[in-house]
Amino acid sequence: MGAPAEKQTATEARIAALDLPKGADWATGLRKDALARLTTMGLPARRDEYWKYTRPDTLTQSDPVPATAFITDETPVFDAIERVKIVFRDGVFDANASDDLTLAGVTLERLSDVTQTDIHWAKDLYGSLESQGQTPVERPLAALNTAFANDGIVIRVTGKASQAVNLIYHHESETSDAILHHVVKVEEGAELTLLENGPAAARFNKVLEVDIADKASFHHVRTQGRDHDRRAATHIFARLGTESTFKSFTMTANGVMTRNECVIELTGDNAFAHVAGAALGDGDFHHDDTVFITHDAVNCESRQVFKKVLRNGATGVFQGKILVKDGAQKTDGYQISQSLLLDDDSQFLAKPELEIYADDVACSHGSTSGAIDEDALFYLRSRGVPEGPATDLLTLSFLAEAVDEIDDPVLAAEIGARLESWLERRRS
Amino acid sequence: MLEIKNLQVKLEDEDKQILKGVDLTIGAGEVHAIMGPNGSGKSTLSYVLSGKDGYEVTGGTATLDGEDLLDMDPEERAALGLFLAFQYPVEIPGVGNMTFLRTAVNAQRKARGEEEISAAEFLKVIREKAKTLKIDAEMLKRPVNVGFSGGEKKRNEILQMAMLEPKMCILDETDSGLDVDAMKLVSDGVNALRSEGRSFLVITHYQRLLDHIKPDVVHIMANGRIIKTGGPDLALEVEQNGYADLLEEHA
Repeated sequence: MGAPAEKQTATEARIAALDLPKGADWATGLRKDALARLTTMGLPARRDEYWKYTRPDTLTQSDPVPATAFITDETPVFDAIERVKIVFRDGVFDANASDDLTLAGVTLERLSDVTQTDIHWAKDLYGSLESQGQTPVERPLAALNTAFANDGIVIRVTGKASQAVNLIYHHESETSDAILHHVVKVEEGAELTLLENGPAAARFNKVLEVDIADKASFHHVRTQGRDHDRRAATHIFARLGTESTFKSFTMTANGVMTRNECVIELTGDNAFAHVAGAALGDGDFHHDDTVFITHDAVNCESRQVFKKVLRNGATGVFQGKILVKDGAQKTDGYQISQSLLLDDDSQFLAKPELEIYADDVACSHGSTSGAIDEDALFYLRSRGVPEGPATDLLTLSFLAEAVDEIDDPVLAAEIGARLESWLERRRS
Repeated sequence: MLEIKNLQVKLEDEDKQILKGVDLTIGAGEVHAIMGPNGSGKSTLSYVLSGKDGYEVTGGTATLDGEDLLDMDPEERAALGLFLAFQYPVEIPGVGNMTFLRTAVNAQRKARGEEEISAAEFLKVIREKAKTLKIDAEMLKRPVNVGFSGGEKKRNEILQMAMLEPKMCILDETDSGLDVDAMKLVSDGVNALRSEGRSFLVITHYQRLLDHIKPDVVHIMANGRIIKTGGPDLALEVEQNGYADLLEEHA
């Protein structure tokens, strides 16, 4: 059974505009499999259950909507952090702007290089978590990515990385359409912090597959750039082994269209997965967090903390699910999605879901939408803090629970400062 | 210092007159207490003076050192030297107590055209003042009032007062929710701040707070008006006989 005719036509049109990367390498088979998945599912359409709140058309159409690059002389985020920089310009690896791909305990390679080799560890991973993540909810844009991604980085972590790895995405061309696919394998007991920043392209489709072995940990902090016109559909697929840790935080300020999906499978006991996000939107802004966490092991903890600040007609979407499989006892699942609406024109659409098949679990979810607390605002003003800064302080207070999910205090402070300056700039 | 003349206030949203002509003059260095039954308008008076939304002034004036308070934003009143210690201090998660206080101190300094206080100087001063109020370093770091006990919240209000050094302090039922020890601690904090240039308006239901913070003048408020003014003895009289006699006398 395939997709309806209308969807098929749209999907075929999109596929026709793309080329499968050439070469008789191992990736070709995986790409063809992904293409088959995509053809069967068809690209997302408005009537699909998980696209009810977000119009997929600009993400699926053949050509991206042109987007001007945002120019700023502000110091790039993470500049003060010790890290290995890997730069992509409109979705293409830029060796000159990047650091040497060397880091103790870590192997860093370009996707297009490793697909040329006969035998490589990434062969077992590329597209594999994405493919598993297609059920029970389809994610066609991720299958499209696996099929057509022409660049990306593959990272194997065997020890405790002494520095973070920073993927930096520059957007320069007004019509760039970037498709990047990264694969990360964190071996037993190993640790990595992955940073990502920048808008990447006029339209960006990115998949990040992360396989975290037993006792390993993966920390992820990203900012999605300040471009107003850019569009992005990103997916994180993570699999967690026993006693492993996954923590991911995303800051999104501006962006006419963002869909961030995160699909996590806890497969080993005592594992720990936290996903958080802080989104700031002013005006023509649509931001969608779609999260699916599956508990398939005993005594695991998952947290979803998503906060959005919306003004001047901005829209926020949250679709978050916790699935606790039969036997996943002692699961501790927590989910909160909140929006702070700074005016009456903005809106927040939330769909929290719990599906539980084990009987000894603790799961909670909450979703709220509200304005600045007038009592708190008066309290601050009565102490002499003017209305503008007082509103900012309360906005940062609202975002704090999400920012607190960043373990590293230096990174948390960096993100806090960016949030604060975004608010400051918008104060009239 | 504070001069209130024939102040009339109604709720903005409904046609309900709360203050029906309040007259009150507090001189520099004086401590005045306002007592009165529930619903007499005591808290409304404190909110209207500090600039809370939701009230409409329908007549009268209120000035601090000759400046019209009623025309100013709350932050302007604060910078001028007005401080309200809240009956229910607000919890602000995610904002450290110290950050909040430094922001407030510097905002007021900026409004008055003064230089901002340095981080080091601020730390020195706040540690000193916190110590006398038995507020430890941990409490200074915690988010504003989050998880604080009733007593801790009130002590935190007094700490803010000590840091902001206002000239006109209004204490709105600061004794509510306090046990005897906490009341003593809070009162000691207030008494330490008494000075020639600083005046207090203490709003309370009960006389016991006035055992600790000794007022110069006591006012009885009922039904939106001050119906009687006297010395500290007036508070004792109320404690013994309740408000009924006074209300009857006035009616």
